[in-house]
Amino acid sequence: MMDYITIDTKRVPIEGEKNVLSLIRKAGIDLPTFCYHSELSIYGACRMCVVEDEKGHIFASCSEIPKSGMVINTNTKRIQAYRKLIMELLLSSHCRDCTTCPKNGSCSLQDLSFRVGINAVRFLNNKKTLPLDLSSPSIVRDPNKCILCGDCVRTCDEIQGVGAIDFAYRGSETQVMPAFNRPLAETDCVGCGQCAAVCPTAAISIHTNISPVWKAIADPNIRVVVQIAPAVRVAVGDSFNIPKGENSLGKLVTALRMMGFDAIYDTTFGADITVVEETKEFAKRLETNENLPLFTSCCPGWVKFCETRFPDLAGHISTCRSPQGMFSPFIKDYFKDKDSAEGKKTIVVSIMPCTAKKGEILREDNFTDGRQDTDYVITTQEIIRMIKQMGIKFEYLEAEAADMPFAVGSGGGTIFGTTGGVTEAVLRRLAKEKSYANLKEISYTGVRGVTSLKEASIMLGDREVKIAVVHGLGEAKKLMERIRNKEVYYDFVEVMACKRGCIMGGGQPAFAGNRTKKMRMEGLYKIDSVSTIRYPDENPVLMQMYDTILKGKEHKLFHRNLSE
Amino acid sequence: MILMENASLEEVREKAVEKMKAENCRILICAGTGCLAGGSEKIYSKLKEMADGIEGVSLEFGPEAAHVGVHQSGCHGFCEMGPLVRIEPWNYLYIKVKEEDCEEIFQKTILKGEPVERLMYTQNDTVYPQQESIPFYAKQTRRVLKNCGHINSEDINEYIAIGGYKALSKALFEMKSDEIIEEVTQANLRGRGGGGFQTGYKWKQVARQKETIRYVVCNGDEGDPGAFMDRSVMEGDPHKMLEGMIIAGYAVGAQEGYIYVRAEYPLAIKRLKIAIAQAEEYGILGDNILGSSYSFHIHINRGAGAFVCGEGSALTASIEGERGMPRTKPPRTVEQGLFAKPTVLNNVETYANVAMIIENGFEWYRKLGTETSPGTKAFALTGSVKNTGLIEVPMGTTLREIVFDIGGGLIDDAPFKAVQIGGPSGGCLVTQNLDVKLDFDSLKKLGAMIGSGGLVVMDEGTCMVEVARFFMNFTQNESCGKCVPCREGTKRMLEILERITSGKGELSDLDMLEELGAAITATALCGLGKSAALPVLSTLKNFREEYVAHVTEKRCQTGTCQAMRKYIINPELCKGCSKCARNCPVNAISGKIKEPYVIDTKTCIKCGACMDNCPFHAIYIAN
Repeated sequence: MMDYITIDTKRVPIEGEKNVLSLIRKAGIDLPTFCYHSELSIYGACRMCVVEDEKGHIFASCSEIPKSGMVINTNTKRIQAYRKLIMELLLSSHCRDCTTCPKNGSCSLQDLSFRVGINAVRFLNNKKTLPLDLSSPSIVRDPNKCILCGDCVRTCDEIQGVGAIDFAYRGSETQVMPAFNRPLAETDCVGCGQCAAVCPTAAISIHTNISPVWKAIADPNIRVVVQIAPAVRVAVGDSFNIPKGENSLGKLVTALRMMGFDAIYDTTFGADITVVEETKEFAKRLETNENLPLFTSCCPGWVKFCETRFPDLAGHISTCRSPQGMFSPFIKDYFKDKDSAEGKKTIVVSIMPCTAKKGEILREDNFTDGRQDTDYVITTQEIIRMIKQMGIKFEYLEAEAADMPFAVGSGGGTIFGTTGGVTEAVLRRLAKEKSYANLKEISYTGVRGVTSLKEASIMLGDREVKIAVVHGLGEAKKLMERIRNKEVYYDFVEVMACKRGCIMGGGQPAFAGNRTKKMRMEGLYKIDSVSTIRYPDENPVLMQMYDTILKGKEHKLFHRNLSE
Repeated sequence: MILMENASLEEVREKAVEKMKAENCRILICAGTGCLAGGSEKIYSKLKEMADGIEGVSLEFGPEAAHVGVHQSGCHGFCEMGPLVRIEPWNYLYIKVKEEDCEEIFQKTILKGEPVERLMYTQNDTVYPQQESIPFYAKQTRRVLKNCGHINSEDINEYIAIGGYKALSKALFEMKSDEIIEEVTQANLRGRGGGGFQTGYKWKQVARQKETIRYVVCNGDEGDPGAFMDRSVMEGDPHKMLEGMIIAGYAVGAQEGYIYVRAEYPLAIKRLKIAIAQAEEYGILGDNILGSSYSFHIHINRGAGAFVCGEGSALTASIEGERGMPRTKPPRTVEQGLFAKPTVLNNVETYANVAMIIENGFEWYRKLGTETSPGTKAFALTGSVKNTGLIEVPMGTTLREIVFDIGGGLIDDAPFKAVQIGGPSGGCLVTQNLDVKLDFDSLKKLGAMIGSGGLVVMDEGTCMVEVARFFMNFTQNESCGKCVPCREGTKRMLEILERITSGKGELSDLDMLEELGAAITATALCGLGKSAALPVLSTLKNFREEYVAHVTEKRCQTGTCQAMRKYIINPELCKGCSKCARNCPVNAISGKIKEPYVIDTKTCIKCGACMDNCPFHAIYIAN
């Protein structure tokens, strides 16, 4: 006889679930919660998930271990009353000016107060107004909107291993803040935005740059060039009834043209450059056996994390800029003559799944000839807002191709958006024979998938090259400590700050379920499978440019010029 | 000098007994925090000075030169009458002693053995020379507090002399771990911190965990306002508690113990540090205790001013250096407590009961108390009662016996109104409950709880709404802020109570208090939240008329709630001198010279300046 519990008269089998809440959700009841998150430790603070058993005993279902024979009701008279009261208490200390809030329409408080049936709040909001923290280019903190669910604190600590924010003070004075309430920009915060991704309200949100982009588009003297990151195309459709993980690049290009961007390019081209440059660097290091392992550098969250927490290992980071970091100065160099001829200025806007990129573009090593390479980073969430601002019915658009010459990108460059993608692309570059068989073999080396730490080894000639791929900064931290203690050794390490890679970046549409996460990853590999060009070093446009216009400029445009 | 075997401890004991016997006269000056505040330090210095100069003086009762021992002891318990001085062998207890009294005490009692009657407790014209005969003490059964006030708590030898650490020897050398757990289980020792959980069962659960690293933790946070039972044990007889912890450690296989003491108890921390150091010197703590091959080390952790850290999981979080917030259970502390290891977490008083159970057996222990709550309980008796102090009675003693027989009745023999039991987590007991036998289960039936043992006696002059507001204010301040019902709910309840006590309440507020109280009690995460509404709900149930008068008539019958006081000039006593009007800061008083003046109650801000200034006592507060 299988173990089961009875929920609202329905029998639900226990199949390894760790808490009653999971069983309730399995039974088809979307029990409201604020602080519960399946990938974080159980916190039990919001008390919205309370249920009642047949003896009248009330408890929180998120922290209760299921025992066979339990009989639970999720919507008794008392539970209804208590849930409503908890909601009312939360709303009573919260700003209810929803119309002007950045989370209007995607806020858990709005959602749940409607579901639970709140039509009056009987208590006065007498809280003092606290100042916003706008110091970080990546995220904005608004403590007035915080409901103290603690998801951001636990995410930053448990999953990212950074711990830049935590609770301070006590009781109703409790606030979430960095230590000593320092501005976020002065802390170890890497800008990954994973806190914003789990925040149910507008307490932590993306630092948006939409207005200056509209302004630039409207300026006839500015050539606004836009580049689109790989991970964006499989997520932007989320808000427009497009199946999860479907490639919406074509529609996005059309929309961008309608919005008035002057040239639309694909960051995949930049990724191809990265593969060529980074592999060159790696091969050199292997040859001289110096400065190994090589750490990838395309993830700005990882770079900042390494520089602050593992400064002794930061010298191993590749000197290559990120794909956006290489592409933008190249674009500006490409338009240099045309700009002076036409009396225009070229600015580059990049559409990224990432909030840390907003910090990357302000780094000294992302300036060329005194000019900031990328002018604005717009996250996927922001481009969705801009599309909606214009009223474009995205799902009905006809697809169009990006502009030449930079419209061509390889499948290897596209998979940069998922964990293991950079490594796989580098392995393709290292392959002697650009054959289909090799593609297949490389895909089986073990760099694909959601395992936290993936290890692989390949033979380069008669040398075994050991590779590690890690995602989520918490996992990266563990690996770095073992590397530092010389417990393990690798020649090449790929680190992505966000679990599953850029497809789950802080700028992507949030609250993606397990199916969406899977579809986004599969979506990128699908694009790769049907790409005519799969090896980055077979990108004909790129290869031609290396022989012509890029000659002599590779170092200046594509590397972080650390010695200067 | 490390004692390498049990026999060595016996030797030490014999020597210590001799040393104590050699003191023909023992003076024990109460050096608990209360009496220290009353100036007992000076009394100690004076008497010690005098005793040191006694060399060569012969005393009437002894053949050789007398040896006078002057010691500072722990709390004697009769706090209302402090500073207290106990003199043995006659067991005289001198009350309200001042430094000037030392000379007479010395000359009469110490040199001649005569009592100083004026310093003795008197009731109904009867003088009580012996401490044990005083009604306050006679009705008590002091077991946990037995040595408090009778030994120098900063000398381990005195503890050993009176039989201390005998239980530890028995446990280490004559009993097995599970036998110890069985003894404690049969004794049905229930947690004295307020939970009333069966101690033996708790220990059993820890002992049977697979994890081999275990901890023993003592909760010395004692946050209830007005409760000082644990403080007195830690200050007055720390070894009794330590002995219990070591036995517990041995029983469950723990190697380390932690005592979490609130930072506001510097004296207790000091005495504990001394006690631990002295125990370590003898090898009673440390590696290979008394040669038994059992090792146990104890550390002291100080709190940092958070009442919530008295909650088990918040306490362990605090020891670990984390933010002191309770966590969800499971996992329970017995499975994953301190540092995620199986942990025995018990209260100071609970540990203080362990040694006597092991030494005398569970049958002896169960002779006192009730069937479901054997043993004794220490209570802090405070409030409008004549004899405030620290008492210990068998479980099952009635409230009437405590308040009237031991407490001596209410001050000025005022009529009894209520007793708040259990502090901010407790409810109130009223006249109908006076004959209830106090134990864990009987109180639960009444919607109250023993809690840690704080008793506040209230007379007719106490405003029950203000009592509720006071405790809710405390709870709101101390709420950790993690869960919504406690953080936001108690805030709103406090706002309502503040409105009511300032004369701005509505009848609907009472329903709101009940609604919030029910929700918070049912849904809060930890014990603090779950019991936060109890003082309010209990006073609302037993004294609803007072609440109703506050909101409908804007009247506080006791005159406590300042905003609702009605200052009235008695026209028959008023001479029309106008002094009140001239002192009124808001010009609320008007009248003509030589004619009775009148206060405009709407303008009046209830400051009381008029009443203070009236030379004819013509102004009163209406009830």
